[in-house]
Amino acid sequence: MQNSLGREIPEFIEGYGKTEPFSGAWTKLKKGEMSEITIPPPNKAKLAHQTKLTPNLEEAIAKTNPHDGMTVSFHHHLRNGDGLLVKTLDILAKMGIKNITLASSSLADCHTPILKYIADGTICKVWTSGMRGEIGKAVSEGAMQLPVIFHSHGGRVRAIHTGEISIDLAIVATSAADEEGNGTGTFGKSAFGSMGYSIIDMRYAKQVIVVTDNLVEYPCYPLSVTQNFVDYVVVVDSIGDPTKIASGTTRITKSPIDLLIAKHAADVIEHSGYFVPGFSFQLGAGGASLAVAKFMRDKMKRQEIHGSFLLGGVTSYCIDMLNEGLFKSVFDVQSFDAMVSSSLYNNKNHIEISAALYANPYNCGCMTNKLDIVVLGALEVDVDFNVNVLTGSGGYIRGASGGHCDTASGAKLTVVVCPSIRGRISTINQRVQTVVTPGESVDVVVTERGICVNPAQPELEQNLLKAGLNVKKIEDLQQEVENIVGKSKPVEYTDKIVGVVEYRDGTIIDVVREIKH
Amino acid sequence: MLYIPGNNPAMLLHGGVYGADSLLLDLEDAVALNQKDAARILVRNMLKTVDYYGAEVCVRVNHLDTPFGMDDLNEIVPLQPNAIRYPKTETIEELDRLVQVITEIEDRHGLPHDKMKIHIMIETALGVQNVFEIAKFCKRVDAITIGGQDLTADMNIKNTKDGAGIDLARKMIVMAAKANKIDAIDTVFVDVDNEEDLRIETQYIKELGFNGKAVINPRQIDIVHEVFTPTEEEIRKAYRIIKEFNRNKALGIGVFAVDGKMVDAPVLTRANYVLELAGVDSDAI
Repeated sequence: MQNSLGREIPEFIEGYGKTEPFSGAWTKLKKGEMSEITIPPPNKAKLAHQTKLTPNLEEAIAKTNPHDGMTVSFHHHLRNGDGLLVKTLDILAKMGIKNITLASSSLADCHTPILKYIADGTICKVWTSGMRGEIGKAVSEGAMQLPVIFHSHGGRVRAIHTGEISIDLAIVATSAADEEGNGTGTFGKSAFGSMGYSIIDMRYAKQVIVVTDNLVEYPCYPLSVTQNFVDYVVVVDSIGDPTKIASGTTRITKSPIDLLIAKHAADVIEHSGYFVPGFSFQLGAGGASLAVAKFMRDKMKRQEIHGSFLLGGVTSYCIDMLNEGLFKSVFDVQSFDAMVSSSLYNNKNHIEISAALYANPYNCGCMTNKLDIVVLGALEVDVDFNVNVLTGSGGYIRGASGGHCDTASGAKLTVVVCPSIRGRISTINQRVQTVVTPGESVDVVVTERGICVNPAQPELEQNLLKAGLNVKKIEDLQQEVENIVGKSKPVEYTDKIVGVVEYRDGTIIDVVREIKH
Repeated sequence: MLYIPGNNPAMLLHGGVYGADSLLLDLEDAVALNQKDAARILVRNMLKTVDYYGAEVCVRVNHLDTPFGMDDLNEIVPLQPNAIRYPKTETIEELDRLVQVITEIEDRHGLPHDKMKIHIMIETALGVQNVFEIAKFCKRVDAITIGGQDLTADMNIKNTKDGAGIDLARKMIVMAAKANKIDAIDTVFVDVDNEEDLRIETQYIKELGFNGKAVINPRQIDIVHEVFTPTEEEIRKAYRIIKEFNRNKALGIGVFAVDGKMVDAPVLTRANYVLELAGVDSDAI
């Protein structure tokens, strides 16, 4: 069957189950409640003064009733510096546990060693918001029997609530924790900032192990994660390498093309009608999206426009704008470098939030709903403004859904920035390979060769034209770019589904198929 | 004027998007000796296919004294970019030879002799000494530019931040260009991360009389544009001057004042220049 974007979605996918096709960015939300039943959090009891401290991770895991078919969850706040995911799977594999469902809020290159556990059947299923490098390549080439399920950050919370992700064991890295499991990522030698994704995992996981390399006197605060959800506490030498959190995504780019796109995007925002005192703002890390901050900062200072709150993944640039008084507050679900951790610890206007408050579509309102402007990147955009942030031009998985569709859905103005050409490949195409964010939630696409406004936003288009910006029809831009680089040879796929892309409401917006190799 | 190395496909492809008024596709110093043929072919093909969105397109060829100059001209002249930039020009004899070669190629291809211009680069002390004669040599020469790096090397001096060593050369080149009613373009500022000093230098060369500045990184374009773009106040004043001039002219009044200051011919000339830079048609005022 086809979903409302014309994507072919099987009614049943082995390893996923019965599918519900995507039917519109806001269609399901209009009902006002989630159709699925919310599972209850586990019942637990603990006697007073029993210690949770366990000598090592092996013993702690052994106490949590590890079993074949279990689901293990991790947060990805340490990004490419994470030292616990692979270590945990090493232990589980050594115990002979098979058919594990791995539910990490995202996967990075440092997790590549798990490929051997995919090959030997230790891991049989994966839920994640994204993957890159060797893992993405292996999955794209059919390394897994069952498809990987890609969720957005908000969608992950929904899937935990419904029990689709039913966590047996949550491993929660903290940069400081006490013997009861109160913990934080805001200080310590491995400080990594917000713990927004863990907060939900811990509430619903049957067993929770807090791991730290910095045991502090009870009680540990600030309370990012709290003892009432924690079963065991383990002290290790290192939870990972926080210097690898950033992975080059938090410095303002020097790429002239990215800077040009960022400048155009800032011009778009300035003339959009939403650049007014008190506006709220979110922007992605890295490349052109982060560079938009540089130009916005200049415009805000020059025009003396002060915003309300910054949301989302937080970079040091956001903190600079907070400290300069350009925004009143920062709400942080994930932090991108050490400076952000320190701000989160020291600045009362820098506030840690859970993924549920950040982006879960099924509650009484997440903060993405209050966004005025969001700037997002893209691997590829099509003439219907659908955005792919998951698969590269060769069809391989090399990205993440992240908060892309969550923020696009909530913001009044969604600006997607991307170069029109990457290498020798067009990024503005007739049809994207994989839809992650539906075009109806994207208002404007900004490239170095022109600005394309979604026809559903005629007033915005008029505003930008009046300001003398280089506005083009997206079909014209697509043709212009195709004239330069030619038409790419289509990627050849088999029928096997290697990835299921869930929209934030749990419907299936697209599937990723195995690459012929 | 943005320099683009002739052997860099990505930069050649994107050159037109940055908003530079003029693009310089470089076959000379930016290209290693073993890349000269590849760059020439690449630039030739780019000129045929890429849309530079209305920017002036110039090609810096190698000097005819090198093994590459003649091949460069044979490939590029038939495509008639807006201008050929000729490096290390020292005498009018060299220029005469260049013009002859270009003319012969144009004749072979049935092309006119007045469409493609020549930009001369002055990069040696001898070139500076001869710049006035070079500037007035023929009508095809419509811009003179100074190559600061080579000039300081030729003079065996350091290229200091304040540009003291090339200051006289800059002034002589501007004077020669102005005397012949052609453009003077300043040399590049190589420290691409130093925006503040680029702004200071651009302000200085604007005051000397240069019409523009070469840049080696797209990030430098906005700064040069900001310096050369008249302020809103300057544009408003120029507009008032021309408006008053037109009104008084209709009334037969020759001498008048704006903001309490007498307007004479030099003031009118400057006002017209400001409006031209601002893209305002002074005839329509």
